[in-house]
Amino acid sequence: MKSEKYVYINNRPVLWEDEPNILALARKAHITIPTFCYHSELSVYGACRMCLVEVEGRGLVTSCSTAPFEGMRVKTHTNQILKLRKIIIEMLLANHDRECTQCDRSADCKLREISYQLGVNDLRLRKTREPREIDTGSPSLVRDPNKCVLCGDCVRFCDEVQGIGAIDFVNRGEDVVVSPAYGKSLANVDCVHCGQCAAVCPTGAITIKNQTRDVWADIENPDKIVVAQIAPAVRVALAEMFNLAPNQQNTGKMVTAMRMVGFDKVFDTAFTADLTVIEEANEFLNRKLNGGKLPIFTSCCPAWVKFAEQSHPRLLNNLSTCRSPQQMFGSLAKVQLPEMLGVEKEKLSVVSIMPCTAKKFEAGRPEFAPGGVRDVDHVLTTQELGRMIKEAGINFADLEPSSFDLAMGFATGAGVIFGNSGGVSEAVVRYAADKLNLDLPEVIDLMPTYLDQGFKSAEVDTPVGKIRFAVVHGLKSAHELAEKIERGEEYYDVIEVMACPGGCIGGAGQPIASSIQHRAKRAESINHTDKMMNLHRSQDNPFMKELYERLLEEPNSEKAHELLHTHYHSRKRITDEEIQFFDQSDESRCKVKVCVGTSCFLRGAQEILGHTLKTVQDNGWNRYFEVAATFCTENCDKGPTIVIGDQVVHKATLADVDRILTEEAKRREA
Amino acid sequence: MLSLEQIKKEYLEAASHFKKRIVVCAGTGCIANGSMKVFKSLKNAAAMHSLDVCVEFKPCDSKDHDILLSGSGCQGFCQVGPLVTIEPDGILYTHVKPEDAEEIIEKTVINGDMIERLLYLDQNTGKHCHGADDIPFYTLQQRTALKECGHVDPENIREYISHDGYFAARDAYLNYTAEEICKRVEDAGLRGRGGGGFPTGRKWHFARIEKEPKKYVVCNGDEGDPGAFMDRSILEGNPHSVIEGMMIAAKAIGADEGYVYVRMEYPLACSRIRKAIRDAEELGILGNDVFGTGQAFDIHVVEGAGAFVCGEETALLASIEGKRGMPTPKPPFPAQQGLFGKPTVINNVETLALVPVVMKQTPEEYRKIGSPKSPGTKTFALTGHVVNTGLIEVPFGTTLRQIVFEIGGGVLDKDGKINNDAFKAVQIGGPSGGCLTKEHLDLPLHYDSLAEVGAMVGSGGLVVMNDSTCMVKIASYFMGFTQMESCGKCVPCREGTRQMKEILDDISEGKGTEESLELLEELGKAIKITSLCGLGKSAPNPGLSTLRFFRDEYLAHVKAGYCPTGQCKALTAITIDPEACRGCTLCKRVCPVGAISGEVKQPHKIDPMVCIKCGACINACKFKAIS
Repeated sequence: MKSEKYVYINNRPVLWEDEPNILALARKAHITIPTFCYHSELSVYGACRMCLVEVEGRGLVTSCSTAPFEGMRVKTHTNQILKLRKIIIEMLLANHDRECTQCDRSADCKLREISYQLGVNDLRLRKTREPREIDTGSPSLVRDPNKCVLCGDCVRFCDEVQGIGAIDFVNRGEDVVVSPAYGKSLANVDCVHCGQCAAVCPTGAITIKNQTRDVWADIENPDKIVVAQIAPAVRVALAEMFNLAPNQQNTGKMVTAMRMVGFDKVFDTAFTADLTVIEEANEFLNRKLNGGKLPIFTSCCPAWVKFAEQSHPRLLNNLSTCRSPQQMFGSLAKVQLPEMLGVEKEKLSVVSIMPCTAKKFEAGRPEFAPGGVRDVDHVLTTQELGRMIKEAGINFADLEPSSFDLAMGFATGAGVIFGNSGGVSEAVVRYAADKLNLDLPEVIDLMPTYLDQGFKSAEVDTPVGKIRFAVVHGLKSAHELAEKIERGEEYYDVIEVMACPGGCIGGAGQPIASSIQHRAKRAESINHTDKMMNLHRSQDNPFMKELYERLLEEPNSEKAHELLHTHYHSRKRITDEEIQFFDQSDESRCKVKVCVGTSCFLRGAQEILGHTLKTVQDNGWNRYFEVAATFCTENCDKGPTIVIGDQVVHKATLADVDRILTEEAKRREA
Repeated sequence: MLSLEQIKKEYLEAASHFKKRIVVCAGTGCIANGSMKVFKSLKNAAAMHSLDVCVEFKPCDSKDHDILLSGSGCQGFCQVGPLVTIEPDGILYTHVKPEDAEEIIEKTVINGDMIERLLYLDQNTGKHCHGADDIPFYTLQQRTALKECGHVDPENIREYISHDGYFAARDAYLNYTAEEICKRVEDAGLRGRGGGGFPTGRKWHFARIEKEPKKYVVCNGDEGDPGAFMDRSILEGNPHSVIEGMMIAAKAIGADEGYVYVRMEYPLACSRIRKAIRDAEELGILGNDVFGTGQAFDIHVVEGAGAFVCGEETALLASIEGKRGMPTPKPPFPAQQGLFGKPTVINNVETLALVPVVMKQTPEEYRKIGSPKSPGTKTFALTGHVVNTGLIEVPFGTTLRQIVFEIGGGVLDKDGKINNDAFKAVQIGGPSGGCLTKEHLDLPLHYDSLAEVGAMVGSGGLVVMNDSTCMVKIASYFMGFTQMESCGKCVPCREGTRQMKEILDDISEGKGTEESLELLEELGKAIKITSLCGLGKSAPNPGLSTLRFFRDEYLAHVKAGYCPTGQCKALTAITIDPEACRGCTLCKRVCPVGAISGEVKQPHKIDPMVCIKCGACINACKFKAIS
């Protein structure tokens, strides 16, 4: 038997199992060591230096990057450590935009929390930087570099989990910022709007684009009828905004709260998820039976769709042509509801509540705005809905539950499990099992919920042959699988892709809490909701039958294609204007270079540079001279050295500068 | 089969056919000063005198020639370049211009006379020196890593071999086990010359014991310290010594692939090391079958984009991998998980160039030079307020006094005159090194003695400063550099250095207080302790070490509002010109703090320690005597 190993944290023994570092071990011992850049699902980065601890015999080390060893003695809060952490916070706060009351993350900002914990109440350091431009170009996200602590969580998530690298560090020294390529807006690069950067950001440097104002305006507008659709994953996470545990019981409270906020009708996106199951399963079976393009990739996740358009154009014909449940809902709502509710189409406002930031982008795609009128007018995230409920002063915890509106508020468990990674596949099998007369229970549990790995697969034997399913979450996993498919190394019939960890329950629109354990609770809650429902198969939804009879005729019909399907196109990763690598400087100007290398500096180069700039400025000679500071010209013993045009002046004096500049200026004037 | 002895024999035989050899320094400094034009003029002048000049050395050539004209790497004395050496006479001409070529050929090469005008003039003795043998700048040095620089033609592998080049590498491959090499290097006490001073043999040992078939040797040529150019000089002047060092390291750890990472700003170094690698490959020294052992070793050259931080080993490795050059936490050390995740030995250029030297002698012999814990020699780039600037190499344990006053020829005061009393400080080890003062003049310089006084050997930058230098301003200047070149990854180095610079500038602008000094110190210490990499940990040194040794000067700035050197414009003392002052007493009467004293009709005086620089006296004076 293996003996147990112990590490002593603050003199108390802590059992060391498989914790990779001191920080994780301390958490087990109920000590939260402050950190910005440690994230258990990302690589160790070691940049924020907050997690310093003292290890006997080694001195101060960062607990995130130090592995425990048996008998290790660690101290986590000596006076020295507390003092150092405090001054690091001071350094961060000096240039931080400290208008906390106006920040979207004021409630859950880690910088604010840690500086409170450490009692930083005397900021001795001062702002040294000019405010930086805020990037509001993206339909989903806002980047505010003035609040960035450069912990790199966003950069690593985008690179390591999503495999995109839409943002990275640029510049040096205090000019370092996280930026999309070439300093462009997120809107114009390969960002897929998954928003995980915002979900892992400890401060308000990347936030969800808040669109609650637009929705409030529509609610307030007496001419408008505002209907909402709510995605499955929202119901299991919204309660977290009110410090309640994820629980299916909260679905009814959520509906009540939304009515109280002022939505005229509250529908369920799970309804169109049922519809997606029927459309997509039929599309798949057609392809399978008639030799169509396989594998079929799901297309519910807008981040995945954009990623595929950018990176896997050859696979675009493999994507299901089904619109996502959100867009099926929007399309049906704009076709049916004006008549049903007696309102003009222009006065119907369709708002979706999503766990997702990419849905904001999806709703704005031109394909989903026939005649320029968007099918889905506004997309709010779980967080934004929570904020609206708070804004309205509603005590969520105390509400009586109520039901969704019919008919588009009625769903089966198959629609609800869309919120979990693997849910679409499960729902499709439940449908196909019926259609192919398989001997399977209603709830199959094709792939029990998994969160810790990015890939899983399963097989189902059917009369039409074996059907192989693969499920991936995280776009890096998706990319790897797609490459294998393209190279013909792997074969599956159905591949379900979700960009976010664990699927929609881990979406970036959900309340901030991005740990595996947290997501596991939400996933459990989704499964529980499914189990508690009366119906588990989309085909059993009575309103589906009614819908096909009344409007859609049959799955994949021409009408269904018009309203529920779409097509994809390959997409440039970086858009908008060309990149200027060089200054368009005026070639005719005389170049003045002042060496500011060490030796020249010691001999007064700085003064000469200042004088040169001033002289040019004061005399209005900008049109004649282009002044630049340069490093060592290898004439150290003869410094200060200046180069004016092709004239090299050693041991330059202020008088030399005056004389030469005047001569040259006179020559040019003449 | 490759025979080094054969190549050496052929070379020496061919070399014996030359009556004279003229070596023109072709280092970056001399080239910038026109040495290639000198080279051409010498060639033309010789031809005009019907001399037989050979500029391309062919080993099989057994004809007699009058002159072998060749270029060399940097000889270190860039300040007096272009340099021309005439062998076998050992005459060194300085400041040679193309116009001098004719005279050199006629007088010196043909008639054997010296041209006094071109000889080096020792300013201290007023004597002309005949060659490197009697120029104090050279005679007081002990050139080891730089020994062949300036003597061999860096583009001629056969000449390198004729100096027993690659013999040590062959010996390592044929006669030593990996373990024996590590031990020998460790016993010799060779320590990393790039800054940290880690024992090289131990570093190799850690990589050697890793059980991983793929390993790398990386040469760090990303010399980023302003003013330091020893690595460039070696790469330009004796690139084969670096290759040989890498080969020995490769054998010692079991690597089959190496990288040389050089700054893009060193085009000549890049081209010379590339040519050297090509030549070594052609002779079969590098390649699939090193010295017939069946072992492979290939070297690639990667050009850095000029980030200071890429001199830090983990950042450098990231850069080779094509990533942004940012350090990663250690452990894992490169010896365990380095380039592309494989065990990697990374040494700096100078260290690698010393490896063949170490292997050629017993550890005991090598240890005879230098000090016990820092054996051997170290190159320094001497610059600033000193008579002789350039690249020097001295044994560890040499004192600052010897370097500055003897090799450097003395301190230049603010009027450019030699005046050793004007010595104030040296900044040693690059911008993030530390400063040494008069009290350290007799401190033997080595890794440990410098660490004790808060400085470091670093890359070996040595900037001499005279008493007109304001230590607050110089600290701010160097902090500006470390700040600008911070990779920005960790908070203390990125934000803390910026704040330190801000405080230093405040002090320089007269806005500092005693609290500023405390904060400066607190920040500096925090940065030193908490930064991620070695560069960050040393980044606050300019502030900390000036504060430690020149606290009075800081106090003068913050307490008395007075910059003793007058460099801080905001803190220059207001003075009364005694010639112009008529003793009207008006200034004394308007002074709100009573800083002005003087009798009627006598020139008045301002006490700078009391003066608050309100300027009331300047405005009041009718004779423009106050400024």
